[in-house]
Amino acid sequence: MTEEQALLSPEVVVQDLKENGVTHVVWLPDSETNFLYMLMKEEPKLDLVPVGREGNAFSTAAGLSVGGAKPVILIQNTGMMESGDSMRGWALALNIPIVIMIGYRGWTRHGKTQDTAAIYIEPFLNAFNIKYFLIENNDDAPRISWAFEEAEKTQRPVAVLIGDEYHGFHR
Amino acid sequence: MRTEDMLKILHQYREDAIVIPGRGGNHWIKMSTKPERDLAFRGTAMGGRSSFALGLALARPDEKIILLDSEGDILMGLGALATIADKRPSNLYHFILDNECYATTGGQPVPNAKKIRYDLLAQGAGYPSSHAFDELDDFSSNIEAILNEPGPVFVSAKVEPENVNEPIATRRRWQTRSNEQVIVDFKNALGPRAA
Ligand SMILES: Cc1ncc(C[n+]2csc(CCOP(=O)(O)OP(=O)(O)O)c2C)c(N)n1
Repeated sequence: MTEEQALLSPEVVVQDLKENGVTHVVWLPDSETNFLYMLMKEEPKLDLVPVGREGNAFSTAAGLSVGGAKPVILIQNTGMMESGDSMRGWALALNIPIVIMIGYRGWTRHGKTQDTAAIYIEPFLNAFNIKYFLIENNDDAPRISWAFEEAEKTQRPVAVLIGDEYHGFHR
Repeated sequence: MRTEDMLKILHQYREDAIVIPGRGGNHWIKMSTKPERDLAFRGTAMGGRSSFALGLALARPDEKIILLDSEGDILMGLGALATIADKRPSNLYHFILDNECYATTGGQPVPNAKKIRYDLLAQGAGYPSSHAFDELDDFSSNIEAILNEPGPVFVSAKVEPENVNEPIATRRRWQTRSNEQVIVDFKNALGPRAA
Protein backbone atom coordinates (compact mmCIF):
# COMPACT_ATOMS: atom_id res chain seq x y z
CA MET A 1 0.00 0.00 0.00
CA THR A 2 1.40 3.37 -0.94
CA GLU A 3 1.45 6.28 1.45
CA GLU A 4 -1.38 7.89 -0.57
CA GLN A 5 -3.69 4.90 -0.23
CA ALA A 6 -3.04 4.65 3.48
CA LEU A 7 -5.03 7.82 4.07
CA LEU A 8 -8.63 8.73 3.66
CA SER A 9 -8.68 11.85 1.55
CA PRO A 10 -11.35 14.48 2.09
CA GLU A 11 -11.94 14.70 -1.68
CA VAL A 12 -13.07 11.08 -1.71
CA VAL A 13 -15.48 11.67 1.17
CA VAL A 14 -17.01 14.75 -0.46
CA GLN A 15 -17.35 12.88 -3.76
CA ASP A 16 -19.15 10.02 -1.99
CA LEU A 17 -21.56 12.40 -0.28
CA LYS A 18 -22.39 14.05 -3.60
CA GLU A 19 -22.83 10.74 -5.41
CA ASN A 20 -25.26 9.65 -2.74
CA GLY A 21 -27.38 12.75 -3.24
CA VAL A 22 -26.61 14.38 0.10
CA THR A 23 -28.09 17.87 0.38
CA HIS A 24 -27.12 18.93 3.93
CA VAL A 25 -24.23 18.11 6.25
CA VAL A 26 -25.29 18.54 9.88
CA TRP A 27 -22.12 18.62 11.86
CA LEU A 28 -19.91 19.56 14.75
CA PRO A 29 -16.16 19.48 14.13
CA ASP A 30 -13.83 16.84 15.48
CA SER A 31 -10.09 17.01 15.81
CA GLU A 32 -9.24 16.21 12.21
CA THR A 33 -12.06 17.42 9.99
CA ASN A 34 -10.85 20.87 9.03
CA PHE A 35 -9.68 19.90 5.53
CA LEU A 36 -13.01 18.25 4.93
CA TYR A 37 -14.78 21.35 6.23
CA MET A 38 -12.88 23.62 3.86
CA LEU A 39 -13.81 21.43 0.89
CA MET A 40 -17.45 21.15 1.90
CA LYS A 41 -17.71 24.90 2.37
CA GLU A 42 -16.74 25.40 -1.27
CA GLU A 43 -19.16 22.77 -2.52
CA PRO A 44 -22.37 24.43 -3.69
CA LYS A 45 -24.30 21.15 -3.57
CA LEU A 46 -23.75 20.71 0.17
CA ASP A 47 -25.39 23.00 2.72
CA LEU A 48 -23.58 22.93 6.07
CA VAL A 49 -25.66 23.12 9.23
CA PRO A 50 -23.47 23.66 12.30
CA VAL A 51 -24.93 22.49 15.61
CA GLY A 52 -23.77 23.45 19.10
CA ARG A 53 -24.37 20.01 20.54
CA GLU A 54 -24.49 16.69 18.71
CA GLY A 55 -27.89 15.62 20.02
CA ASN A 56 -29.36 18.49 18.04
CA ALA A 57 -27.83 17.03 14.88
CA PHE A 58 -30.31 14.15 15.06
CA SER A 59 -33.40 16.34 15.41
CA THR A 60 -32.15 18.71 12.71
CA ALA A 61 -31.50 15.80 10.36
CA ALA A 62 -34.93 14.36 11.14
CA GLY A 63 -36.58 17.65 10.16
CA LEU A 64 -34.56 17.79 6.95
CA SER A 65 -35.44 14.22 6.10
CA VAL A 66 -39.16 14.57 6.82
CA GLY A 67 -39.05 17.65 4.58
CA GLY A 68 -37.63 15.56 1.74
CA ALA A 69 -33.96 16.60 1.89
CA LYS A 70 -31.09 14.12 2.34
CA PRO A 71 -28.90 15.01 5.30
CA VAL A 72 -25.80 13.30 6.63
CA ILE A 73 -24.49 13.74 10.19
CA LEU A 74 -20.76 14.29 10.73
CA ILE A 75 -19.61 14.13 14.37
CA GLN A 76 -16.98 12.58 16.67
CA ASN A 77 -17.51 9.40 18.70
CA THR A 78 -17.71 11.56 21.83
CA GLY A 79 -20.64 13.44 20.29
CA MET A 80 -22.31 10.23 19.19
CA MET A 81 -22.42 9.10 22.81
CA GLU A 82 -23.79 12.49 23.83
CA SER A 83 -26.65 11.95 21.37
CA GLY A 84 -28.20 8.73 22.67
CA ASP A 85 -31.68 9.93 23.56
CA SER A 86 -31.87 12.25 20.56
CA MET A 87 -31.06 9.41 18.19
CA ARG A 88 -33.69 7.27 19.91
CA GLY A 89 -36.39 9.90 19.84
CA TRP A 90 -35.73 11.62 16.52
CA ALA A 91 -34.09 9.04 14.26
CA LEU A 92 -35.31 5.65 15.50
CA ALA A 93 -38.82 6.75 16.57
CA LEU A 94 -39.41 8.45 13.20
CA ASN A 95 -37.68 5.83 10.99
CA ILE A 96 -35.18 8.30 9.60
CA PRO A 97 -32.72 6.75 7.09
CA ILE A 98 -29.69 8.74 8.17
CA VAL A 99 -25.99 8.03 7.71
CA ILE A 100 -23.86 9.15 10.66
CA MET A 101 -20.18 9.65 9.88
CA ILE A 102 -18.28 9.36 13.12
CA GLY A 103 -14.68 10.36 13.75
CA TYR A 104 -13.27 7.38 15.64
CA ARG A 105 -11.07 9.17 18.15
CA GLY A 106 -8.61 6.78 19.71
CA TRP A 107 -8.96 4.02 17.10
CA THR A 108 -5.84 1.91 16.68
CA ARG A 109 -4.93 -1.49 15.30
CA HIS A 110 -1.92 -1.68 17.58
CA GLY A 111 -2.17 -2.69 21.21
CA LYS A 112 -4.84 -1.32 23.51
CA THR A 113 -6.33 2.10 23.04
CA GLN A 114 -6.32 4.24 26.17
CA ASP A 115 -9.02 6.52 24.87
CA THR A 116 -12.40 5.89 26.50
CA ALA A 117 -14.11 7.57 23.53
CA ALA A 118 -12.84 4.61 21.47
CA ILE A 119 -13.44 1.98 24.14
CA TYR A 120 -17.15 2.72 24.47
CA ILE A 121 -18.29 3.70 20.97
CA GLU A 122 -18.85 0.25 19.49
CA PRO A 123 -20.68 -1.10 22.57
CA PHE A 124 -22.75 2.09 22.44
CA LEU A 125 -23.77 1.54 18.80
CA ASN A 126 -24.47 -2.12 19.51
CA ALA A 127 -26.70 -1.19 22.44
CA PHE A 128 -28.88 0.83 20.06
CA ASN A 129 -28.68 -1.87 17.38
CA ILE A 130 -27.04 0.54 14.96
CA LYS A 131 -25.21 -1.15 12.11
CA TYR A 132 -21.79 0.33 11.39
CA PHE A 133 -18.97 0.19 8.85
CA LEU A 134 -15.34 1.03 9.58
CA ILE A 135 -13.33 2.98 7.04
CA GLU A 136 -9.62 3.57 7.41
CA ASN A 137 -8.45 4.66 3.95
CA ASN A 138 -9.55 5.41 0.39
CA ASP A 139 -9.86 1.72 -0.42
CA ASP A 140 -12.62 1.44 2.16
CA ALA A 141 -14.55 4.39 0.77
CA PRO A 142 -17.19 2.26 -1.05
CA ARG A 143 -18.46 1.39 2.40
CA ILE A 144 -19.86 4.91 2.59
CA SER A 145 -22.24 4.06 -0.24
CA TRP A 146 -23.09 0.75 1.41
CA ALA A 147 -24.08 2.69 4.50
CA PHE A 148 -26.43 4.87 2.46
CA GLU A 149 -27.97 1.77 0.87
CA GLU A 150 -28.40 0.10 4.23
CA ALA A 151 -30.03 3.20 5.75
CA GLU A 152 -32.47 3.42 2.86
CA LYS A 153 -33.28 -0.28 3.00
CA THR A 154 -33.86 -0.37 6.74
CA GLN A 155 -35.13 3.22 7.27
CA ARG A 156 -32.79 3.46 10.24
CA PRO A 157 -29.61 5.28 11.17
CA VAL A 158 -26.42 3.58 9.96
CA ALA A 159 -22.96 4.63 11.15
CA VAL A 160 -19.64 4.96 9.34
CA LEU A 161 -16.75 4.92 11.77
CA ILE A 162 -13.82 6.88 10.39
CA GLY A 163 -10.91 5.01 11.89
CA ASP A 164 -8.28 7.27 10.47
CA GLU A 165 -8.90 10.03 12.85
CA TYR A 166 -5.45 10.79 14.15
CA HIS A 167 -4.27 11.56 10.65
CA GLY A 168 -7.55 11.34 8.82
CA PHE A 169 -8.57 13.93 6.29
CA HIS A 170 -5.07 15.36 6.14
CA ARG A 171 -3.50 15.64 2.75
CA MET B 1 -53.12 33.20 29.28
CA ARG B 2 -54.59 29.78 28.65
CA THR B 3 -52.86 27.72 26.00
CA GLU B 4 -56.16 26.83 24.38
CA ASP B 5 -57.20 30.48 24.03
CA MET B 6 -53.84 31.44 22.61
CA LEU B 7 -53.91 28.62 20.08
CA LYS B 8 -57.43 29.52 18.99
CA ILE B 9 -56.17 32.95 18.04
CA LEU B 10 -53.08 31.59 16.33
CA HIS B 11 -55.26 29.16 14.42
CA GLN B 12 -57.18 32.03 12.83
CA TYR B 13 -53.99 33.15 11.11
CA ARG B 14 -52.53 29.78 10.28
CA GLU B 15 -53.48 29.70 6.59
CA ASP B 16 -51.42 26.90 5.01
CA ALA B 17 -48.58 26.85 7.52
CA ILE B 18 -47.06 23.59 8.70
CA VAL B 19 -47.53 23.35 12.47
CA ILE B 20 -45.38 21.45 14.95
CA PRO B 21 -47.72 21.70 17.92
CA GLY B 22 -45.42 20.32 20.65
CA ARG B 23 -46.96 20.42 24.09
CA GLY B 24 -49.91 22.39 22.80
CA GLY B 25 -50.83 19.42 20.62
CA ASN B 26 -53.74 18.17 22.74
CA HIS B 27 -55.54 21.47 22.12
CA TRP B 28 -54.29 21.99 18.60
CA ILE B 29 -55.53 18.73 17.10
CA LYS B 30 -59.07 19.58 18.22
CA MET B 31 -59.10 22.86 16.30
CA SER B 32 -56.85 22.13 13.32
CA THR B 33 -58.55 21.84 9.96
CA LYS B 34 -55.36 20.69 8.23
CA PRO B 35 -54.16 17.65 10.18
CA GLU B 36 -52.03 16.55 7.23
CA ARG B 37 -49.93 19.67 7.83
CA ASP B 38 -49.59 19.05 11.56
CA LEU B 39 -46.52 17.21 12.79
CA ALA B 40 -47.54 15.85 16.19
CA PHE B 41 -45.34 12.91 17.09
CA ARG B 42 -45.20 10.40 19.91
CA GLY B 43 -42.10 9.49 21.84
CA THR B 44 -39.62 11.98 20.42
CA ALA B 45 -36.74 13.25 22.57
CA MET B 46 -36.74 16.40 24.67
CA GLY B 47 -34.39 19.17 23.61
CA GLY B 48 -34.74 18.73 19.86
CA ARG B 49 -38.03 20.25 18.85
CA SER B 50 -36.60 23.54 17.63
CA SER B 51 -33.82 21.80 15.69
CA PHE B 52 -36.39 19.55 14.05
CA ALA B 53 -38.32 22.64 12.97
CA LEU B 54 -35.12 24.19 11.67
CA GLY B 55 -34.37 21.13 9.55
CA LEU B 56 -37.87 21.21 8.14
CA ALA B 57 -37.67 24.95 7.44
CA LEU B 58 -34.40 24.44 5.55
CA ALA B 59 -35.77 21.52 3.55
CA ARG B 60 -38.94 23.45 2.65
CA PRO B 61 -38.04 27.10 2.26
CA ASP B 62 -41.32 27.84 0.49
CA GLU B 63 -43.51 26.65 3.34
CA LYS B 64 -44.25 28.62 6.48
CA ILE B 65 -43.36 26.63 9.60
CA ILE B 66 -45.03 27.39 12.95
CA LEU B 67 -43.34 25.73 15.90
CA LEU B 68 -44.96 25.56 19.33
CA ASP B 69 -41.99 24.94 21.56
CA SER B 70 -41.84 24.80 25.36
CA GLU B 71 -39.36 26.22 27.81
CA GLY B 72 -38.28 22.86 29.22
CA ASP B 73 -37.42 21.71 25.72
CA ILE B 74 -35.55 24.90 24.86
CA LEU B 75 -33.47 24.66 28.03
CA MET B 76 -32.32 21.19 26.99
CA GLY B 77 -30.93 22.37 23.66
CA LEU B 78 -30.18 26.08 23.95
CA GLY B 79 -27.49 25.92 21.27
CA ALA B 80 -30.24 25.35 18.72
CA LEU B 81 -31.06 29.06 19.01
CA ALA B 82 -27.60 29.90 17.67
CA THR B 83 -27.92 27.44 14.79
CA ILE B 84 -31.33 28.83 13.86
CA ALA B 85 -29.97 32.37 13.96
CA ASP B 86 -27.00 31.25 11.86
CA LYS B 87 -29.10 29.63 9.14
CA ARG B 88 -31.75 32.37 9.34
CA PRO B 89 -34.70 30.48 7.85
CA SER B 90 -37.09 33.25 6.79
CA ASN B 91 -40.02 30.80 6.99
CA LEU B 92 -39.66 29.79 10.67
CA TYR B 93 -41.96 31.15 13.41
CA HIS B 94 -40.73 29.90 16.75
CA PHE B 95 -43.31 30.20 19.56
CA ILE B 96 -42.74 28.95 23.06
CA LEU B 97 -45.44 28.08 25.54
CA ASP B 98 -43.74 29.20 28.73
CA ASN B 99 -45.62 27.73 31.68
CA GLU B 100 -42.55 28.13 33.95
CA CYS B 101 -42.56 24.42 34.79
CA TYR B 102 -42.32 20.83 33.66
CA ALA B 103 -46.09 20.40 33.53
CA THR B 104 -45.95 16.96 31.97
CA THR B 105 -44.07 15.56 34.96
CA GLY B 106 -46.19 17.21 37.63
CA GLY B 107 -45.31 20.89 37.49
CA GLN B 108 -41.85 21.17 38.99
CA PRO B 109 -40.31 24.61 38.22
CA VAL B 110 -37.69 24.82 35.45
CA PRO B 111 -34.36 26.43 36.48
CA ASN B 112 -34.84 30.09 37.31
CA ALA B 113 -38.43 29.74 36.12
CA LYS B 114 -39.73 33.18 37.11
CA LYS B 115 -36.82 35.33 36.01
CA ILE B 116 -35.40 33.82 32.84
CA ARG B 117 -36.26 35.74 29.64
CA TYR B 118 -36.42 33.46 26.63
CA ASP B 119 -37.07 36.30 24.24
CA LEU B 120 -33.75 37.82 25.29
CA LEU B 121 -31.96 34.49 24.90
CA ALA B 122 -33.26 34.27 21.34
CA GLN B 123 -32.34 37.87 20.65
CA GLY B 124 -28.89 37.32 22.12
CA ALA B 125 -28.44 34.24 19.97
CA GLY B 126 -29.06 36.41 16.93
CA TYR B 127 -32.73 36.07 15.98
CA PRO B 128 -33.59 39.16 13.96
CA SER B 129 -36.93 39.47 15.73
CA SER B 130 -38.11 38.45 19.17
CA HIS B 131 -41.29 39.14 21.17
CA ALA B 132 -42.74 38.30 24.57
CA PHE B 133 -46.39 38.31 25.66
CA ASP B 134 -47.99 37.90 29.07
CA GLU B 135 -51.53 38.81 28.11
CA LEU B 136 -53.84 37.30 25.56
CA ASP B 137 -55.13 40.68 24.34
CA ASP B 138 -51.66 41.83 23.58
CA PHE B 139 -50.82 38.58 21.80
CA SER B 140 -54.04 38.81 19.87
CA SER B 141 -53.44 42.31 18.57
CA ASN B 142 -49.91 41.54 17.40
CA ILE B 143 -50.04 38.03 16.00
CA GLU B 144 -51.07 38.91 12.46
CA ALA B 145 -48.20 41.35 12.02
CA ILE B 146 -45.76 38.89 13.56
CA LEU B 147 -46.70 36.18 11.09
CA ASN B 148 -45.99 38.63 8.29
CA GLU B 149 -42.47 39.42 9.50
CA PRO B 150 -39.59 37.65 7.78
CA GLY B 151 -38.33 34.81 9.97
CA PRO B 152 -36.81 33.53 12.02
CA VAL B 153 -39.11 35.13 14.55
CA PHE B 154 -39.23 34.19 18.23
CA VAL B 155 -42.38 34.61 20.32
CA SER B 156 -42.44 33.76 23.97
CA ALA B 157 -45.90 33.48 25.55
CA LYS B 158 -46.64 33.00 29.25
CA VAL B 159 -49.27 30.30 29.64
CA GLU B 160 -50.94 28.65 32.61
CA PRO B 161 -49.54 25.22 33.41
CA GLU B 162 -51.75 22.20 32.82
CA ASN B 163 -50.05 19.80 35.15
CA VAL B 164 -50.31 16.08 34.67
CA ASN B 165 -49.61 13.91 37.63
CA GLU B 166 -50.21 10.30 36.64
CA PRO B 167 -47.87 7.46 35.85
CA ILE B 168 -47.04 7.45 32.15
CA ALA B 169 -48.64 4.06 31.51
CA THR B 170 -52.07 5.22 32.69
CA ARG B 171 -52.19 8.39 30.60
CA ARG B 172 -54.35 8.62 27.53
CA ARG B 173 -52.48 9.65 24.41
CA TRP B 174 -54.01 12.57 22.57
CA GLN B 175 -52.26 11.70 19.31
CA THR B 176 -54.61 9.86 17.01
CA ARG B 177 -52.13 8.74 14.34
CA SER B 178 -48.87 6.77 14.48
CA ASN B 179 -45.61 8.59 13.65
CA GLU B 180 -45.45 6.63 10.37
CA GLN B 181 -48.94 7.79 9.42
CA VAL B 182 -48.21 11.41 10.34
CA ILE B 183 -45.17 11.39 8.04
CA VAL B 184 -46.97 9.62 5.18
CA ASP B 185 -49.90 12.06 5.34
CA PHE B 186 -47.51 14.99 5.50
CA LYS B 187 -45.42 13.87 2.53
CA ASN B 188 -48.53 13.22 0.47
CA ALA B 189 -49.88 16.67 1.28
CA LEU B 190 -46.63 18.46 0.43
CA GLY B 191 -45.51 16.49 -2.58
CA PRO B 192 -41.87 16.11 -3.57
CA ARG B 193 -39.31 18.69 -2.55
CA ALA B 194 -38.01 20.98 -5.29
CA ALA B 195 -34.42 20.03 -6.14
C1 LIG C 1 -34.10 13.78 28.32
C2 LIG C 1 -35.36 13.77 29.13
N1 LIG C 1 -35.31 14.15 30.43
C3 LIG C 1 -36.45 14.16 31.17
C4 LIG C 1 -37.64 13.77 30.62
C5 LIG C 1 -38.90 13.73 31.45
N2 LIG C 1 -39.86 14.73 31.01
C6 LIG C 1 -40.92 14.42 30.23
S1 LIG C 1 -41.88 15.72 29.90
C7 LIG C 1 -40.91 16.76 30.80
C8 LIG C 1 -41.27 18.19 30.96
C9 LIG C 1 -41.40 18.96 29.68
O1 LIG C 1 -41.42 20.33 29.97
P1 LIG C 1 -41.77 21.41 28.88
O2 LIG C 1 -41.07 21.07 27.62
O3 LIG C 1 -41.56 22.76 29.45
O4 LIG C 1 -43.33 21.18 28.58
P2 LIG C 1 -44.54 21.12 29.65
O5 LIG C 1 -44.56 19.72 30.19
O6 LIG C 1 -44.29 22.14 30.70
O7 LIG C 1 -45.75 21.42 28.84
C10 LIG C 1 -39.83 16.07 31.35
C11 LIG C 1 -38.80 16.69 32.18
C12 LIG C 1 -37.63 13.37 29.26
N3 LIG C 1 -38.73 12.99 28.62
N4 LIG C 1 -36.47 13.39 28.56
